[in-house]
Amino acid sequence: MIRVVLPFHLRTLAQVGAEVQLDIAGPITQRAILDALEARYPVLCGTMRDHVTLKRRPFIRFFACSEDLSHESPDAPLPDAVASGAEPFLVIGAIAGG
Amino acid sequence: MSKVRVLVGTRKGAFILESDGKRKRWKVNGPHFTGWEIYHVKGSPADPDRLYASQTSGWFGQVIQRSSDGGKTWEAPGGGASMEPGQMPRGESNKFVYDTTPETGKPLTTHQWYDGTQHPWEFKRVWHLEPSLTDPETVYAGVEDAAMFRTTDGAKTWHELSGLRGHGTGPKWQPGAGGMGLHTILIDPTNPDRIYVAISAAGAFRTDDGGKTWKPINQGLRSQYIPDPNAEVGHCVHRIALHRSRPNVVFMQKHWDVMRTDNAGDQWQEVSGNLPTDFGFVIDVHAHEPETIYVVPIKSDSEHFPLDGKLRVYRSRTGGNEWEPLTKGLPQRNCYVNVLRDAMAVDQLDSCGLYFGTTGGQVYASANAGDSWSPIVRDLPAVLSVEVQTLQ
Repeated sequence: MIRVVLPFHLRTLAQVGAEVQLDIAGPITQRAILDALEARYPVLCGTMRDHVTLKRRPFIRFFACSEDLSHESPDAPLPDAVASGAEPFLVIGAIAGG
Repeated sequence: MSKVRVLVGTRKGAFILESDGKRKRWKVNGPHFTGWEIYHVKGSPADPDRLYASQTSGWFGQVIQRSSDGGKTWEAPGGGASMEPGQMPRGESNKFVYDTTPETGKPLTTHQWYDGTQHPWEFKRVWHLEPSLTDPETVYAGVEDAAMFRTTDGAKTWHELSGLRGHGTGPKWQPGAGGMGLHTILIDPTNPDRIYVAISAAGAFRTDDGGKTWKPINQGLRSQYIPDPNAEVGHCVHRIALHRSRPNVVFMQKHWDVMRTDNAGDQWQEVSGNLPTDFGFVIDVHAHEPETIYVVPIKSDSEHFPLDGKLRVYRSRTGGNEWEPLTKGLPQRNCYVNVLRDAMAVDQLDSCGLYFGTTGGQVYASANAGDSWSPIVRDLPAVLSVEVQTLQ
């Protein structure tokens, strides 16, 4: 069970609480998590990564286990603690603007 | 008895203001989509309970919202079931992808960037949603970077009308200070194949075949801020408006200058006349008097607030040139708000109502064609757009 914490505006958009739980088969990567999130909540398509290029939106960050993983490859395995559900995968709206 | 519904988009959400035909007591609903920029909300003329909203964010991108009950509830129309194996999930209602198909013959073009180099088109947001006059499922979207999209399935999917971006002058278009947005879409009520659009900073364009082909209609515009003041494109048109009874007559608030055309944009002439300043953003036409038009003069392109701190709507009953200030009920001292391009609208009641919103969060209304004004609300977030529905 993968745990994902969404920022306020995406929770509102997807009509979910602070934490979403996902069952994901196979390697646990950023791409696998985002694919699963968008599959369950299609309204989130395009809000975290570009519709076509699938590149992370500039003001979106991915944190886990006190690390900024935003610049890691989307296909890199995430920490074991995320894969096991011990730690959540955090989607963050970057601190910018007002 | 008639009712009026005012749809207000702001920097931090949408608001719906409702009144009966007297337009004295108002009910304020909102905020909807709290914390998001709502560039535009507009209702379908064919089904007034069908509303469309452009919800956008620098962080999270573009979301299109749709209501089928006059704004009580909303949905993102492209949602629904999850993806098929091996395919991307749906969520197409938020997807605005420029057309690069070989069929168009126009692979992704470039436009002029601030530094004079060519720059690829990059989608940023939807500025304006213009529902079809006859079909509630069909909507046109004006977007930044400037292009026009259309849905025919109630906003579930969007497709570019690429003939506009690809007709040939695109490489000469350039962003204004607010970006390169297609901000105005006017559908000819007598001929739905004729559509006018306006783009900052490119100019006005017209299609006569439902969006397949387009041509610039900027003859007569003169803009000192571009190398050739009389160029075919490059003009920063802020807003255009027409009266439904005379769709060949179009009025324009350009960056500087108020203009009109009597031949569907083939030739423009200046009608700024005695305005104290002819810079501004909004322009609109009285519901029943096609020669009565309204602007809100702004001091200059460097100082986006009313001249002398006095918020004044100017009205011309002669289609331009002769203007009178309308001040009753509007602040006449220490007022330094702006009125943005999509933030004025008129209702269709017998005594024509006018509405406009300010960057200071006020929405002013007049139930007597501008003779006097009063605020419906005073302290909203900065107002980006105002539309009005007249309901039976």
